[in-house]
Amino acid sequence: MYQRDRLNSELSFFQKIKEIDYTLLICIILLSIISLLVMYSTDGGEVLYHTKSHFSKLVVFFPLMILIAFFNIRHWHTFGYIFYFLIILLLFYVSFFGLKASGSQRWMDLYLFILQPSELMKIAVILCLAKYYHRIKIENVNTFTSITLVLSIILVPIILVISQPDLGTSVLIALSGLIILWLGGVKIKYFVYSFIIFLISLPFIISFLKPYQKLRILTFLDPDRDPLGAGYQIIQSKIAIGSGGLEGKGFLKGTQSYLDFLPEKHTDFIFTLFSEEFGFIGSVGLLILYTIIIFRIIRIGALSRSNFSKLFCFGFAFSIFIYIVVNLSMVLGLLPIVGSPLPIMSYGGSSMLATMIGFGIVLSAKINRKQTFA
Amino acid sequence: MIKENSAIRKSDVINRRMFIIGAAKIVVFAGIVARLFSLQINENKKYLTLSDKNRIREWKLPPTRGNIVDYFGNIIAGNLKVYQLHIIPEQVENFNYLLLRLKILLNLSDKKIQKITKLKNQLKPWDSIIVSENLSWSQFLKVNNYLYDLVGAKPVMTISRNYPFSEMYTHILGYVSQPNEEEILENEIVKERFVPGMKIGKLGLEKTLEKQLIGTNAIQRYEVNAYGKRINQLEYQKGLQGKKIRLTVDTEVQKLSAQLLLNKAGSISVMDIYTGDIIAMYSSPSYDPNLFLFGISQDEWQLIRNNPLKPLINKTLSGLYSPGSTIKPIVALSVLENNIVNPNFKVKCTGKTELYGQTFHCWKEKGHGFVSLKNAMKQSCDTYFYEIARLLGVDRLNVTAKKFGLGEKVLGKYFDNEKSGLFPNTNWKRNNLGRGWVLGETLITGIGQGYIQTTPLQLCLMTAQIANGGYKIKPKIIVNDDPLSLENAKTAMELQSLQTPNIKLFNDPKNVKIVQEAMFSSTNEQFGTSYRSRIEDPKYQFAGKTGTSQVKRISKRERELDLKLEQIPYKDRDHALYVAYGPYKNPRYALSIIVEHGGSGSKAAAPMAKELFKLIIDRDELRDKQSNFENINI
Repeated sequence: MYQRDRLNSELSFFQKIKEIDYTLLICIILLSIISLLVMYSTDGGEVLYHTKSHFSKLVVFFPLMILIAFFNIRHWHTFGYIFYFLIILLLFYVSFFGLKASGSQRWMDLYLFILQPSELMKIAVILCLAKYYHRIKIENVNTFTSITLVLSIILVPIILVISQPDLGTSVLIALSGLIILWLGGVKIKYFVYSFIIFLISLPFIISFLKPYQKLRILTFLDPDRDPLGAGYQIIQSKIAIGSGGLEGKGFLKGTQSYLDFLPEKHTDFIFTLFSEEFGFIGSVGLLILYTIIIFRIIRIGALSRSNFSKLFCFGFAFSIFIYIVVNLSMVLGLLPIVGSPLPIMSYGGSSMLATMIGFGIVLSAKINRKQTFA
Repeated sequence: MIKENSAIRKSDVINRRMFIIGAAKIVVFAGIVARLFSLQINENKKYLTLSDKNRIREWKLPPTRGNIVDYFGNIIAGNLKVYQLHIIPEQVENFNYLLLRLKILLNLSDKKIQKITKLKNQLKPWDSIIVSENLSWSQFLKVNNYLYDLVGAKPVMTISRNYPFSEMYTHILGYVSQPNEEEILENEIVKERFVPGMKIGKLGLEKTLEKQLIGTNAIQRYEVNAYGKRINQLEYQKGLQGKKIRLTVDTEVQKLSAQLLLNKAGSISVMDIYTGDIIAMYSSPSYDPNLFLFGISQDEWQLIRNNPLKPLINKTLSGLYSPGSTIKPIVALSVLENNIVNPNFKVKCTGKTELYGQTFHCWKEKGHGFVSLKNAMKQSCDTYFYEIARLLGVDRLNVTAKKFGLGEKVLGKYFDNEKSGLFPNTNWKRNNLGRGWVLGETLITGIGQGYIQTTPLQLCLMTAQIANGGYKIKPKIIVNDDPLSLENAKTAMELQSLQTPNIKLFNDPKNVKIVQEAMFSSTNEQFGTSYRSRIEDPKYQFAGKTGTSQVKRISKRERELDLKLEQIPYKDRDHALYVAYGPYKNPRYALSIIVEHGGSGSKAAAPMAKELFKLIIDRDELRDKQSNFENINI
């Protein structure tokens, strides 16, 4: 018992500093610098609004991440459910009083910046389910009540987010939640069955999609059916990436982005600009950087003694992976266009806030990896 | 410990399942890298091309037309810098204020202002609007002075066609103007090179030589953004100016012709009798082709259109006239060639002759008495020609006339408006009028009246071919018309000498000589119809034949009244004609003059020949020196 107490006791400040995962930290810093340079390029090689704003967000959120890292992960375990319910409340608030922009209502004005609660839900759902599977006995994982409960934990925010409407984020929330179910030990056959049911009901689901969402799917299947309209984004994106070649056109020399052929180059299509200017070598380099980050997080999960830390790290690593895959597949024309940002790279405060909170918790898990808690 | 065990079992499950996911992640990332590879490495070329297609756009600029120069290299159709005023809407601070300022500065009409406002709403904000196509120098200065107050207005210098001799060459050159849609679609080369603001030939050589004159577009390659706005210029590809065309025409002679025909309706053509070079070809009155460059105003157009002297008609090529007595050399030649009479055959002229109850009058009421062929030509005795025409018959006359180029286009392909005229024969009348030929018609054809219609240029060619001894020439207005290599030219010469019958228009050179002598006496011997216009200096001495062609039938009463020219209404006055060649001893040039409603040929037309020959022969040496030059740099 002594040993356990010693393990659970608070580490001193210097011990904590020593225990920080510096590889992960350096990768995050590197990614932040790259994101700033790319943002500078989207502003046309000048320090304008987007660069300044992105920089100020990094300045605020990066220390926040460090702060969270020094905050014992036990507290995230304690407040896991509360955090989840708080975000659910925010989602309700947004669906009634939220700000509207381009046909959807998903933001709230916090005076200092505009928050998109659905982005935070990506983290909250992982925290909530990680706590649930940490506490439940493994024998009870596949009981009817348990599965019903976790499914409703996933479904409630999804319904709220879809109604905003925001299909992309809701899919990402669903995938983040499902991965915890998978890690938590839900039987594989359930996944197989529900996948089959999903495929069968797919035509039915499609009939419920909004016209613009259907159009996106049609456009994905054949971008050339309307090259100046719905297919424009994806065609221009592919042109930008393809014309980058091996070495790219050079920093600040991406003609597609400079001359405004690229839509949404600050946010969802940021990788396109990066790939145009830095080419295949740069793109693969960026992908390697992300891979290091992901595997570093997985390694921290594997080192952690507590299942909560493990579940959170693995779940968060997977959701980062999913964000990257969905975003890159979209800009490479492998998936229909769903709004999904590239972590840290894309312009957008809420997404960065959620990612930085996630990184903070992961760093905290590393510092407190030897801790177990009930 | 149970709890511990459970936790360990749980973490085993978590770790195992994480491993499966990790493997899946690697596969998915590999897939993305493969996709990147296919886009960026395999299909790089394709996408680079597409990206360039996106960002690079070409702008064609109007091509610069080739110059047209006269025989001595003077530019008669050139290009001039013009000043224009453009507005670039996106740079304008206050559009209404700018328009108001410009309206006062340039005296713009309300209609024009409305047009500009309409254009502004149609065009993209960075497309320039042309406010004024052709600013005068003082307007240009004014605009530049107030430029600080005209934000968004841009004075521009561009190149436009210019005709320095204004109306002097209109009927030869035509003019250029903005093409209409049909003209763009019709002409392949215009369609290819068309840009707004470009002008094409509408008439004359400007039209028929469009292909050579047009030049190639200069091309500006710009980088543009997604909205089509030009960001920066990548390349400027200079266009080639159209081909320079050198005409056979001598501006000095052309000028004199214009002077002589001032305020008269008529035509003067001058031709080299050996080369067929057209030295002057002027139809009067003419009009200023520069008026058409920027769109002619309604008032000016009406003024030209309603002028009773009909400036729009090129009288040299499309004016059809009865040749009157100027046909007599051909009638005489035809009679001699067909051996109908010998040169000493005499007819007694009593002032009129009767045929089947119809009276045919000679111009001299008292008659000429007994006249020979030479005398009949000299004094232009109609009775004599009635008689020999009757003996000859219209069909034989027609053969000779055709040989000398009557009834056929002279320049053919270069002028759309050239007419072929008409020289009748019995078949023609039967086929076209459905009635048989009447002998009386042969008589009046013999004095160049009746169905016969000729253009002034045909008469000039006819005279030239008599002057050169009866050889066929091919008239031309463009130097190096059909450029032949030396080899080709030689073979062409050989072929020509083999096919002499085509070139030689006579059977017996003596006959041509007789006609030439008769024409000489008509000008240089007493009682000759153009004796008063003669030049005695053998250097300038010329031979000619007058003609006076009736516009309407003269009634018996009018004949008895014997009115003075001024007493007859303008429309009813006779056309005055004159054909001549000179110098007589060593002929080189032929000309034809026609003055519409000018009265008699000897009074109205022949004196002009005297002036012309002085100038032409003075310039003969200069012309010979100039003949070898190939290219003149301007």
